[in-house]
Amino acid sequence: MKKSLTWREYVITRAIKVSGYSAIVFVGLIFFFLLREGLPVFGEVPISTLFNTRWYPIEEYYGILPLITGSLIVTIGAALVAIPFGIGTAVYIAEVSPRWMREVLKPLVELLGGLPSVVLGFLGILVLSPYLRVLLDLPTGLSALAGALLLGGIAIPTIVSIAEDALDAVPRSYREGAWALGATRWQTIWRVTFPAAKSGVLTAIMLGVGRAIGETMTVMMVTGNAPVLAILPGSILSPVRTMTATIAAEMGEVASGSVHYHVLFFIGMVLFLISLIVNIAASSVVFRSKKRAERILS
Amino acid sequence: MQPADLPQAKVSIQDLSLQYADGTESLRGISFDIPANQITVLFGPAGGGKSTLLRCLNRLNDLTEVKKLDGKILIEGENILDPKTDVIALRRRVGMVFARPVVLPFSIRSNLTYGLELAGERRKSRLTEAVERSLSQAALWEEVKDRLDDPAIALSGGQQQRLCLARVLALQPAIILLDEPTSGLDPISTGKVEASLQELKKTYTVVLVPHSVQQAARTADFAAFFLQGELVEYAHGEEAFTNPKDQRTEDYVTGRFG
Ligand SMILES: Nc1ncnc2c1ncn2[C@@H]1O[C@H](COP(=O)(O)OP(=O)(O)O)[C@@H](O)[C@H]1O
Ligand SMILES: [Mg+2]
Repeated sequence: MKKSLTWREYVITRAIKVSGYSAIVFVGLIFFFLLREGLPVFGEVPISTLFNTRWYPIEEYYGILPLITGSLIVTIGAALVAIPFGIGTAVYIAEVSPRWMREVLKPLVELLGGLPSVVLGFLGILVLSPYLRVLLDLPTGLSALAGALLLGGIAIPTIVSIAEDALDAVPRSYREGAWALGATRWQTIWRVTFPAAKSGVLTAIMLGVGRAIGETMTVMMVTGNAPVLAILPGSILSPVRTMTATIAAEMGEVASGSVHYHVLFFIGMVLFLISLIVNIAASSVVFRSKKRAERILS
Repeated sequence: MQPADLPQAKVSIQDLSLQYADGTESLRGISFDIPANQITVLFGPAGGGKSTLLRCLNRLNDLTEVKKLDGKILIEGENILDPKTDVIALRRRVGMVFARPVVLPFSIRSNLTYGLELAGERRKSRLTEAVERSLSQAALWEEVKDRLDDPAIALSGGQQQRLCLARVLALQPAIILLDEPTSGLDPISTGKVEASLQELKKTYTVVLVPHSVQQAARTADFAAFFLQGELVEYAHGEEAFTNPKDQRTEDYVTGRFG
């Protein structure tokens, strides 16, 4: 009896350990594969060509700068849309709306979060971009702006859902404490509830924006896919092409092992690096405030 | 029902009834006067409506779902249940200390100045002066004067509760409501809070919901006994505990139920 118990315990601990380690192994393998396929690019294409402004693989122009700026402009645009709206909505649901409204809105937002992004891309092509074209009098509505708006839309449900959970977890007694001191509802939200939920809200933003950075399908459908350097503020209105869209669009057509193939993997490496940096930056902020909170609570 | 020689009333509650959204009738036709510069104790078994009454006095119940609220609460003659009342100003005039200390996630100093800053006070000297005054009044100054910028949540439970009291005092309200302020405290901290209250009643009108009959008897100048939403008896503190008129009050103070 005793023996079988310890044996079971042993198996279960091992199984959990294996699944834990396997996650690390998979990430390691992906990273290794990326490096193996991407690194040869340095022997094949001069660095000056790689970090150039012209992307035209058929004539061996492999400048990835337009793709990077394309990704940046779309992602930053998306963040500018998603953060204020997402947090505003979360505050409304958690702090302002009556209970029945909350019970309708919360599941609805979560449902939106599960919408396949290709469906949103479809709406983007059929509704959003023609509308933008007419409204702003553009040659084409398929632009960075359309991509940013849609990506923002994709990030909003994630942000709302997680930020709302964080705000809701702030004890009611905090709010009553502030109200009893003569704080208005808004002052309570801004000075008490929000700071108390800060690390949760930051996590919400990171996960939401992270989803926007990695998104492929929607941006491929609505950004116009022109690999043009987008540095001027005005380029938000012109077609751009992101790194993810480039990989998705071209990977199917390159010969395995060719220069173009290696460059695509190199783009993958750059993407990997960017999301790594963003994640580290975010978790260091969240982690710092966690540690402070832990110190305070001990 | 009122004790005959009640000093001048600060608050006059007239036929107050309250029903929560779920149908609970928490207050039924309550009428009594709360005298100025005295400690008035509201006591009785849990669920009697004591907290509900306190939360009416500073309109904190505005933020919960209340189905029905009738009657009047006059503070210095003005009906504060009137929808035109400035609730924010009211809450500055009627401070509240809760059962569990709720320190806000700031430093000790900011916890004290927060209410004043909300009220628009910007002058550094005024804020500094308020910090020292309110901490001294709450018998906390000596313990924290060297670490005003530490996070308030690092204080012990007893210190946190006195900080909450100080935070209310910083606003210089007219009336202080305390809802079982010592229920989570050790006897020594409890003693300190009770001693501050005796000091404070010289300047303020104090309404206390005690956490035990013993505390009620120790602190009360006047005592109101609440049972299931009704005011059963209202008398001088001494009388309510040694010579209650109502059988139910007697049963409760002698420990036969509750
Ligand atoms: N927010 C609320 N919603 C519904 N019922 C409540 C609420 N707060 C208190 N009650 C009910 O009102 C009655 C009085 O509660 P309370 O005022 O807290 O009593 P006491 O402080 O004397 O213990 C209880 O029956 C309680 O369940
Ligand atoms: Mg209570």
